[in-house]
Amino acid sequence: MIGDRRVLLDVRMRKLGSVVLLPVIAIVLALIVGSIVILFSELLIPGHTFDPLLPFVAYEALLEGALGSDNAIVGTLVFTAPLVLGGLAVAVGFKAGLFNIGARGQFLVGALGAVAAGVAVAGQPSIIAIPIAVLAGMAAGGLWGFIVGALKALSGAHEVVTTIMLNYVADSLLAALVSGPLKVPNSPSPVTFDVGNAAYPVLIGRNGHLGLLIAIVAIVVIWWLLYRTTRGFEIRTVGANPDAARYAGMRPRVIVPLTMTLSGMLAGLAGTGEILGINHHMTSGFSTTVGFDSIAVALLARSNPFGVLPAALLFGAMRSGAGLMQIKAGIPAELVDVVQATILLVLVATPVIRRLLRLRGTPAAIEAAPTITKSYSGETVVR
Amino acid sequence: MTDQEPAVHAPALEMRGITKRYPGVVANDGIDLDVRPGEIHALLGENGAGKSTLMNILYGLARPDDGQILLDGTPVQISGPADAIARGINMVHQHFMLVPVLSVADNILLGEETMANAIFLDRNEARRRIVELGRRFGFEIDPDVKVGSLSVGWQQRVEILKALYRDARILVLDEPTAVLTPQETEEIFGVLRRLAKEGHSIVFISHKLYEVLEIADRITVIRRGRVVGQRVPAETDEEDLAALMVGRDVQLVVDRGQSHPGAVALEIRGLKVSDDRGIEAVRDVDLEVRAGEIFGIAGVAGNGQDELVEAIVGLRKPSAGSVTLKGFDLTGSSPRTINEADVAHVPADRHRFGLVLPFSVADNLVLTSYYEEPYAHGLLRDEEAIDRDAEKVILEYDIRTPSPDVRVGTLSGGNQQKVVVGREYARDLALLVLDQPTRGLDVGSIEFIHRRTIAKRDAGAAVLLVSAELDEVLEMSDRIAVMYRGRIVTVVDGPTADKNEIGLLMATGGEARAPGGQEPMAPEPDKVMP
Repeated sequence: MIGDRRVLLDVRMRKLGSVVLLPVIAIVLALIVGSIVILFSELLIPGHTFDPLLPFVAYEALLEGALGSDNAIVGTLVFTAPLVLGGLAVAVGFKAGLFNIGARGQFLVGALGAVAAGVAVAGQPSIIAIPIAVLAGMAAGGLWGFIVGALKALSGAHEVVTTIMLNYVADSLLAALVSGPLKVPNSPSPVTFDVGNAAYPVLIGRNGHLGLLIAIVAIVVIWWLLYRTTRGFEIRTVGANPDAARYAGMRPRVIVPLTMTLSGMLAGLAGTGEILGINHHMTSGFSTTVGFDSIAVALLARSNPFGVLPAALLFGAMRSGAGLMQIKAGIPAELVDVVQATILLVLVATPVIRRLLRLRGTPAAIEAAPTITKSYSGETVVR
Repeated sequence: MTDQEPAVHAPALEMRGITKRYPGVVANDGIDLDVRPGEIHALLGENGAGKSTLMNILYGLARPDDGQILLDGTPVQISGPADAIARGINMVHQHFMLVPVLSVADNILLGEETMANAIFLDRNEARRRIVELGRRFGFEIDPDVKVGSLSVGWQQRVEILKALYRDARILVLDEPTAVLTPQETEEIFGVLRRLAKEGHSIVFISHKLYEVLEIADRITVIRRGRVVGQRVPAETDEEDLAALMVGRDVQLVVDRGQSHPGAVALEIRGLKVSDDRGIEAVRDVDLEVRAGEIFGIAGVAGNGQDELVEAIVGLRKPSAGSVTLKGFDLTGSSPRTINEADVAHVPADRHRFGLVLPFSVADNLVLTSYYEEPYAHGLLRDEEAIDRDAEKVILEYDIRTPSPDVRVGTLSGGNQQKVVVGREYARDLALLVLDQPTRGLDVGSIEFIHRRTIAKRDAGAAVLLVSAELDEVLEMSDRIAVMYRGRIVTVVDGPTADKNEIGLLMATGGEARAPGGQEPMAPEPDKVMP
């Protein structure tokens, strides 16, 4: 038995290794690639004297902008909150074997629902107005997700295709509503009314709104739902092995729309926070990078609800610090996109990275996981 | 290329003190194995005993931590499969590595294009050699026939031909008879004997004791990574080998005792079921299984057994006919409804249906009952109850796992199957549907599962046993049906059934029985030489 325990410990250590080590490697590699991009871009500036230390200047400014002061920290948290919710949305999808590319669309439609309801109840007391606006935002996002799930269950339409399509529909719907029925009459530009009392109260710092708390609560709720309820067990089973789910008497045709609805609700809640917590109204130019950043967050977190928090913090901090980096080091904020994209590439190419770095573990990850969805449902790949 | 001259004194292959450690396990612990030229050497051991590791080392897929490999007395380093093949070592895998849509010749040449230095392959020369090789070893084969149209037995011959074509001197066969009928097995044995006579050395991996006794010149038994004995068939028997393998006395044929069949429990009438491609796989099947009896279905895999089972347990909708259990119509019901009618199912493919590999043992044990008391109260899972019952089942079914929280995918095949069996047998049953319940398991696990199955029968369950292992069907069943091309071609009494007769029916369905006792068993020669 002692041998068995050692094996168990060993397995756990290896699991921990691949859960923590790979993301760390991904981040380090991404920062290196970012440095190379900075150095190359320096060469392209005419008359610029080459400064080999510029990457360090840039990263220092990025760090300072993200964590350099109390205000900076709160600012990072404000960027983090929607990423937590969006990351959870994508992670829940992964758990059921669904690749929700549509967090962006669900986010926008959720924001739309929140602003429409928020404007309607703007004059009510906050205790009534906020819940109504929040529920409306979640319902709108949930509907956007449900459409995808229902299409998949009824016709087998792949969620990657339908969510991408619905992202476009969401963009257009938003533009149409904000410059149409939701527009402030006689306003020169397409903009909605203010949500008034439906706005989230500020809890900490300059703009640390209620949405931060909601994000933390959401992590616990989603973890509880996935791991402590029968419905969560069904979601995870459908994701890990749909055939075994059928064998066990579960109905993937019900679970898939249900999960997509839940996923959409979370993304919608992220959009809701953006409206009620920050903008308080919507212009037709309302857009977001949260949708796609969320995919990176979920991948980095390996779909673990608690893992979503550090992953979202990382991306939130980069978004938050990018402004100061641009000012201090003259590096465009878009560098953050380069770093994020590199992290994503490294994570998606896990088996390749393993081989390159001669990491022990799962050379068979590719065979064991026929699709990207499966490989990053978290449970399938960490073997 | 290697020297073709046969070395008389040195063994063709010698593995000395091979040791291979994986984190937490010693897969091979100083294993010695020597195979003489012209010898058929059987390697016997339970799953996880270290046979595959040893053969992977021989094939260059794994590097030993310690030990030496000698070919004809010369120490060698084998760097990979290509190197192994170049040195005349070839492996015939349990799951054939053939491309069904390609011809025999193309399959044999496959991979050769990377071996040869020439840009063009001389296919005519290749075809000529293939025919000649086949003739030399007692089977004539048309090199242009598509592999997909060959029977399993002939596909195996193609695999062997592939090895011979590459001048294999040492041939490793991994469970070569697992998918064959008794007659096909005999024929393959004939081929192997001729190969040995011509000086080829054969390593024969199997867990079928009587086969090993029949074919091998010497038998090396390994257990837990060590050689625990070497035997010559004349001086041993099945009991002796089994005890060596398992480390204790094993009852090879479980005493099935007297069955007491009661009323008809499962009744199937005119059942028709289509497979995934929409082709009718089950054609008009009628059968009855009584409470307290084991009804065995023998047949070569792929004759509609899987579809029949899936239709009974609700995973596949029948296109016609009815399934009733104790008078209740279950035709086309959902898996859950059928499960709740006290029907248990041990699926043929435990990785596809029976288990969720990334989940814990405990979660897999409640896979079909997770939503019921005491494992859930409404929507809430009761982790404590799940763990408590998991520990009970783990003890009762002797599932070797460090804890209920371990991922089921990390367990050995036998223990994985015990998880399925433990889950499905753990309640009172009206009907127990077993599809290949012991496929790929070692003798210890097989004995265990057979014992439990008899106990379920004696407790009054109707048991439907589908197996491609004819011996299993014969040992276990009170009545036996033979399924051939989607039909039940005969039903006979179990204890008095004749193995050869059933084997014949499995292969031909009784259609091709030649008059006058002429050899009826050429396996569909029309397909081989069209």
